[in-house]
Amino acid sequence: MATEERTGVRGATRAEIEARTLREDRWWLSPLVTFVVFGAFVIYATVRAFMGRDYYASPYLSPFYSPCLGDCVEGASDFGQPFKAWPLSAALIILIFPLGFRMTCYYYRKAYYRAFWLSPPACAVAEPHSAYSGETRFPLILQNLHRWFWYAALVIACVLTFDVVLAFRNAEHEWGHMGLGTVLMLVNVVYIWLYTLSCHSCRHAVGGRLRHFSKHPVRYRLWTWVSGLNANHARYAWISLFSVALVDLYIWLLAMGVIEDVRFF
Amino acid sequence: MGYDLKMRIWRGDQSGGDLQDYTVEVSEGEVVLDAIHRLQATQSGDLAVRWNCKAGKCGSCSAEINGRPRLLCMTRLSDFDQTETITVTPMRAFPVIRDLVTDVSFNYEKARELPSFQPQPRDADGKRRMMQVDVERGQEFRKCIECFLCQDTCHVVRDHEDNKPAFAGPRFFLRYAELDMHPLDTHDRRALAQDAAGLGMCNITKCCTEVCPEGIRITDNAIIPMKERVVDRKFDPLVWLGSKIGVRNRDNDGRTDPRDPD
Repeated sequence: MATEERTGVRGATRAEIEARTLREDRWWLSPLVTFVVFGAFVIYATVRAFMGRDYYASPYLSPFYSPCLGDCVEGASDFGQPFKAWPLSAALIILIFPLGFRMTCYYYRKAYYRAFWLSPPACAVAEPHSAYSGETRFPLILQNLHRWFWYAALVIACVLTFDVVLAFRNAEHEWGHMGLGTVLMLVNVVYIWLYTLSCHSCRHAVGGRLRHFSKHPVRYRLWTWVSGLNANHARYAWISLFSVALVDLYIWLLAMGVIEDVRFF
Repeated sequence: MGYDLKMRIWRGDQSGGDLQDYTVEVSEGEVVLDAIHRLQATQSGDLAVRWNCKAGKCGSCSAEINGRPRLLCMTRLSDFDQTETITVTPMRAFPVIRDLVTDVSFNYEKARELPSFQPQPRDADGKRRMMQVDVERGQEFRKCIECFLCQDTCHVVRDHEDNKPAFAGPRFFLRYAELDMHPLDTHDRRALAQDAAGLGMCNITKCCTEVCPEGIRITDNAIIPMKERVVDRKFDPLVWLGSKIGVRNRDNDGRTDPRDPD
């Protein structure tokens, strides 16, 4: 303990101030809210992913289970069932991709390093850890795989977009119908796309990696556009988190028969 | 309309010190540095404070106000309630010299470790050419006034003195990014940024961006792009495969790393 006291802001050469921070504002509020909301989402998503049922209410498929590649209920598998022998919930086959994308996301990293690992809890607030190696070692060095998850997230976003198209049907799979679930899925997929396209890896891939913008005018335009989206990446990260959970909850309640879908036409 | 401002200012040196209470008359529209100057002139002539331009452009008067890294000259008293006590301390990431003055030589050591601009040979007419759009890209990074508030707030060195030899800090990641995005520069600094400068130590918690008085988006526009450039070179299996089967790595794009064996 004595060793810890002599490091960091309490180090021997630093100005002698006992307090870990002299901040008087509510710096703890933001990490606390992040901790509670992310924690709630993780619990909800884990429960839903392991349930393995109530994920399909024709014509709606929960985004947690899409594409449904395991032994799914009738009508849910639009891309076949190559993992039919998979003994566990079908969500567990594909959730690694959106989960990996969000876990390695530059925004989420900031949020959970602060809220869950307190490294640091807030700016100019001393962290409680005595040693720190950042993202230089296993497992955190795997954060560098973000762009590979981004590629997968693009595919998932396409699949979810296809699900929205399929949602313009009725329960009997006749086209030209629409319900509240369709609207929720449409809003969700818009925010999923905004989140996916505003990603820092996307910004890098479309043009950020270049050294000569002038030699690549189209990619420069794309980079400018993605940079605009990127400024709101955190907002899209939060909204899409809520929207994906809301769509799943709506379909869960429909599938259990707790509520009836509001049909517009 | 003047009023009496209550202040707590850290006084001392490396042998010890503490927060001392003062009351000083201030006027509306003044900044914290004005209050400190009046204190120096009227009550405490030996109060040490580093300052120069009083316009937020020299980066000298960096300190911590109510625990937040800020420039003394750019922090308005009107941002605080008149009854509030304002606490001013030196930057807590650097060795203190006296009162509000710290030894920021760590930053100059890190600056010396960074290879300077190494341009391509001149064109046949003796000139070098860059398109305007490429010139503009680096302008944000040139706004840096070297106040070192980003270095002060960065928990990698603020909370871990032992990381200082291995970590250059956000101010220098800004410089690495600026040079790596410069179309005329020839030095591939990507491996250097990751290894010697400790880019991998950064966990992008964005405090550097939060405190930058110039509003430079250090994390989004410099650190993350540099991390992605390191990924291009080091963690991209396609690039790795390409280099193994002898396909030319187009990502180098005019850069060479003198440390590479080939």
